[in-house]
Amino acid sequence: MSHFSRLWRWQVGNFRREAAEGREVGTDAPGRDALRDGGHAMKRYSVFAIAREALRHHAGWERAWASPQPKASYDAIIVGAGGHGLATAYYLGKNYGITNVAILEKGWLGGGNTGRNTTIIRSNYLQDSSAAIYEKARSLYETLSQDLNYNVMFSPRGVMMLAQTHHEVRGYLRTAHANKLQGVETEFITPQRVKELCPILNIDGPRYPVLGALWQARGGTGRHDAVAWGYARACSAMGMDIIQQCEVTGVRSEGGKVVGVDTTKGYIGTKKLGIVVAGHSGQLAEMAGFRLPIEAVALQALVSEPIKPCMDIVVMANTVHGYMSQSDKGEMVIGGGTDGFNNYTQRGSFHHIEETLRALIETFPIISRLKMLRQWGGIVDMTGDRSPIISKTPLGNCFINCGWGTGGFKAIPGSGWAMAELMAKGEPGPLAAEFDMWRFKEGRFIDESVAAGVAH
Amino acid sequence: MLLIECPCCGVKAEETELSPGYEAHLKRFGPGSTDEEFEAYMFARKNPKGVHFERWRHAYGCGKWFLAARCTATLEVFGTYPAQVGEPPADIIEKIKARRPDWKGYK
Repeated sequence: MSHFSRLWRWQVGNFRREAAEGREVGTDAPGRDALRDGGHAMKRYSVFAIAREALRHHAGWERAWASPQPKASYDAIIVGAGGHGLATAYYLGKNYGITNVAILEKGWLGGGNTGRNTTIIRSNYLQDSSAAIYEKARSLYETLSQDLNYNVMFSPRGVMMLAQTHHEVRGYLRTAHANKLQGVETEFITPQRVKELCPILNIDGPRYPVLGALWQARGGTGRHDAVAWGYARACSAMGMDIIQQCEVTGVRSEGGKVVGVDTTKGYIGTKKLGIVVAGHSGQLAEMAGFRLPIEAVALQALVSEPIKPCMDIVVMANTVHGYMSQSDKGEMVIGGGTDGFNNYTQRGSFHHIEETLRALIETFPIISRLKMLRQWGGIVDMTGDRSPIISKTPLGNCFINCGWGTGGFKAIPGSGWAMAELMAKGEPGPLAAEFDMWRFKEGRFIDESVAAGVAH
Repeated sequence: MLLIECPCCGVKAEETELSPGYEAHLKRFGPGSTDEEFEAYMFARKNPKGVHFERWRHAYGCGKWFLAARCTATLEVFGTYPAQVGEPPADIIEKIKARRPDWKGYK
């Protein structure tokens, strides 16, 4: 589906929804409550707003979010304005009414892994606790554009995970059964159906023939930057302060409880602290006085030159370790492997590009003559069992959300939902309960490292 | 791309010739240790942004394990040394201090 027709559908959807709710179509409805509480004025985006602005030289568009200076103190501070941090703040406000919140970002909003992933959304996990949180996230993505009044271009085009060895066939059959019990809609499909869904796939490869696939029809992709921008705009409208270029340099505590953070813009007091910084979780944890079972490594991805539409689903080939989808611009978006050693360089190793493409060419012969345009890396935080941590910490009123490793984008809404509940109540809800940081000591692993395959 | 000299055979090996083995100088805890000690050995990692000591194996060369001091922020390799030591040797520490005067030291 083209970008324009998706935009149009979304606008029509807004129109229908507003009409159904009996509101005057195209008015500034959601901003009103926030305005009363001193929030950033937010005009509602709609097809009528576009028409209105078209007639007045687009002079009426406003900044999507405010850029305030920090206040002396807040009810809650979230470190990290990526998808997970902003989603946490959004659900703190939306679900728990906590809006005296600052989100501190050392760089720019959404400039870390949120803007560096391959935008895949799926929830076909083996373990119950993983399936629950990823499916929560996926289901929130379904209506996120309407909820945020910001087009995140969620495209449930279907995600296919190829089984190219007999081990994988058994593994995915098991996952399909587990998903059935968990209420996650997936199915194991035959090689013929794989070929129907994705004609450019070579299913008869000599080394790794396609023996079937795990298919999640409601998985897909989203516009990663828009997820951060949409949450940021909604947070700002609720009166939260998103403070960019404000690096946290220290965590202050009294009597075993956090009281504030030192930043490059001065000291800021807080009653609660949420650390949601992905690759730099280890550094923040050290400031807060504890250690994490996490190692940071670079994960990289690349895109090809744009070509005509040839593939309208997401395909993951975990045995050869590559995954691919086609962006709306026509580029083939390709995810590669992680570096095998700790690093914070955000660029990845050169030879991984060759490895990834070499592996994919057998399965996708058409990419053999494609030029690759851009390559980039992000720093992923890998835990011992390859599952995230959403947890209280040894420091009182300090909470951490990290360890999403190589698969965080798909989880953003669910992660924010669970983290907000943890921060608001001080205790984890059902979604986060299994993901505490003490599971490593107690041997309660949520072991997706052998369950989900490598690309995860 | 990393270039690391194997201290066992002296070959200056390129990254694809080596297998990384993560943090070096871990103190092993097994039967008889407390849960905290075992967790710290098994899972807790230093994961520094800066000077890091780690294990490498010259997998497609002499096959030996060795240790390296490397900066995780810039990928600079300070030096390598044989694996049969409990902590980084003095000459490696000196090399690191020369390149990173504000480094807090090995602990």
